Amino acid sequence: MASAHSRMKCGEFRTNYQQDTTIFPTPLARRVAVLSVIFLLVAPSFLNPYFLNLGIQIGYYGIAALGLNIVVGFTGQISLGHAAFFGFGAFASAWLNNTTGIPVFFCIPLAGTMTMALGLIVGIPAGRIKGLYLAIATLASQYILEDFFSRADWFTGGAYGAMANPFSIFGFEFNNDQRYFYVVLFYVVIMFLFGTNLLRSRDGRAFVAVRDHYLSAEIMGINLTKYRILSFGISSFYAGIGGALFGHYLGFVSAEGFTIMLSIQFLGMVIIGGLGSVMGSLMGTAFMVLLPELMEAGVGLVGHNAPGLTHALAYIKEMSIGLAIILFLIFEPDGLAHRWKMIKAYWKLYPFSY
Amino acid sequence: MNYELLTQLLVNGVIVGTLYGVVAMCFVLIYKSTQIVNFAQGEFLLIGAWTCWALLVKFELPFYLGFPITLVFMVIFGIVLQMVVLRPMIGEPIISVIMVTIGLSMFFQSLMSWMFGGYAKSFPKVFETESIQILGLQVQTAYIMSLVSSVVIMIAFYYFFKHSKMGLAMRATAFDQQVAQSLGISVKRVFAASWAISALVSAMAGVVVGMVNGVSSALSFFGIKVFPVVILGGLDSIIGAIVGGLIIGVLENLAEFFDSQWLHLGNMYTIAPFYALVIILMIKPYGLFGTKDIERI
Repeated sequence: MASAHSRMKCGEFRTNYQQDTTIFPTPLARRVAVLSVIFLLVAPSFLNPYFLNLGIQIGYYGIAALGLNIVVGFTGQISLGHAAFFGFGAFASAWLNNTTGIPVFFCIPLAGTMTMALGLIVGIPAGRIKGLYLAIATLASQYILEDFFSRADWFTGGAYGAMANPFSIFGFEFNNDQRYFYVVLFYVVIMFLFGTNLLRSRDGRAFVAVRDHYLSAEIMGINLTKYRILSFGISSFYAGIGGALFGHYLGFVSAEGFTIMLSIQFLGMVIIGGLGSVMGSLMGTAFMVLLPELMEAGVGLVGHNAPGLTHALAYIKEMSIGLAIILFLIFEPDGLAHRWKMIKAYWKLYPFSY
Repeated sequence: MNYELLTQLLVNGVIVGTLYGVVAMCFVLIYKSTQIVNFAQGEFLLIGAWTCWALLVKFELPFYLGFPITLVFMVIFGIVLQMVVLRPMIGEPIISVIMVTIGLSMFFQSLMSWMFGGYAKSFPKVFETESIQILGLQVQTAYIMSLVSSVVIMIAFYYFFKHSKMGLAMRATAFDQQVAQSLGISVKRVFAASWAISALVSAMAGVVVGMVNGVSSALSFFGIKVFPVVILGGLDSIIGAIVGGLIIGVLENLAEFFDSQWLHLGNMYTIAPFYALVIILMIKPYGLFGTKDIERI
């Protein structure tokens, strides 16, 4: 059957390495991906600014979430300090642009590289410790970096924050949501392609080996220290890019925005999306960005009957995030990506789903 | 050099340190018997303190009634939490367990802020005199009470684990779950009991801190400060928790002293324990009293 190749299969039927390392499992999946990018290219012309804003948020948070997924989902290390890297990227890009006058266009990748360097340094403990101890070490680095942001006036502007210029190419400024959407989209496509390809490479497979059984991985010649620190570096690069996009979008970076709360939200995105799934990172981010908006809409609907709810909106948003993380871990620990697979398998096998 | 300030800060350090020790003991108790890292330890303090506050201020109960009711509530709360949320997590990877407790912490912290507001509220006065003079030092009565109650809790812990049946069962479970089970110890009940005790004792600490500083969401920061303490003392050592608590308590006050005298960086009080934490993890990751686990293939 010729058409059999174009359909998604329900199990693992791969028989050779080539099939195992394709970017898209079926031609259909590739077409859907290309079509959705084309759709997003024309989307700014008819979407209203509210949805554009949400789309941009999903974009830059999604890049950072993918970075966290590389370290948590693929390498099996725990990082509780991702927000600090995200913030460092935002400050680094603004600082580079303001002090040296390098165009924003180059500042964003440079900020990513700077954050990567920081991540490699902070990741050094990761070479020695793992699991719970690493979680606590990264927690400490989160607080230390947060403290650094609030006192390093030369770098972050201290309590006043830093201004970030809008993104521009040859004098053309991407200063509104419609234009900036394309910048974020460009980076999302590049970073997600890079992420998918990373996992097809030797390094990506080494990450997964370290996660699945680090002792066996070491016996097979994988340098544990190197790959653990490397995965921290790559994840920080992603966080830096995401942070830089965030900074140039808002135009202003304040030290208060990168607390442990944001780190937890990043972890929530990764867990809700699915640990070890590239597209899951994006799904989880979309969920995490849309959930507070849904809460706001829900409270708005019943708000006139219960004015107390409107005042407590900030708390309700936080509670819903915490609750979503707990419920997902209890009922769907493999995340949205897994659920999506199950739904596809259900329709494929319908009506004989056993 | 200002010796008077130094001694004052050292005394503060010891008092805060014993409180850290108590909270760290609760943390270690849960970790030892159920292998769960509880990021929501600070919220136990918070919930306990707010419950007691509500009973004393909103319902105007006297302290000798309100406080026991709080403790009973916390025991039930701990057991229910363990049964509903933590039991399904047995056997899950460590990241899931950590995230569940982080989720709990986030949930309860915002729930408490919603119910009681974001500002600090003070307990009704328990003592007549504000502060007393000991060896020429001005010490607040509430601090003395906190020191005394911490020491009492520590002694109670010692007796519980050395001489009570449940305490022995818990130690056996921590040592080897399967052997304990084969000797007729209900591991389920031990898990529930360790959460209940942890919640109860944390709530006591929460009420004590609430009386000194007022109740606010800042209480939950104790749950974060506990990490430097337990890493220093060793994750699975009760003695380590007490020693670590004292050291970290003194350390942060010393950092405050050096900062105010010479460095003038600011905020060292909060950050110094985390620098210590990173250094300890690099040199001696299993802490002062922790057992080093050896992995076999």
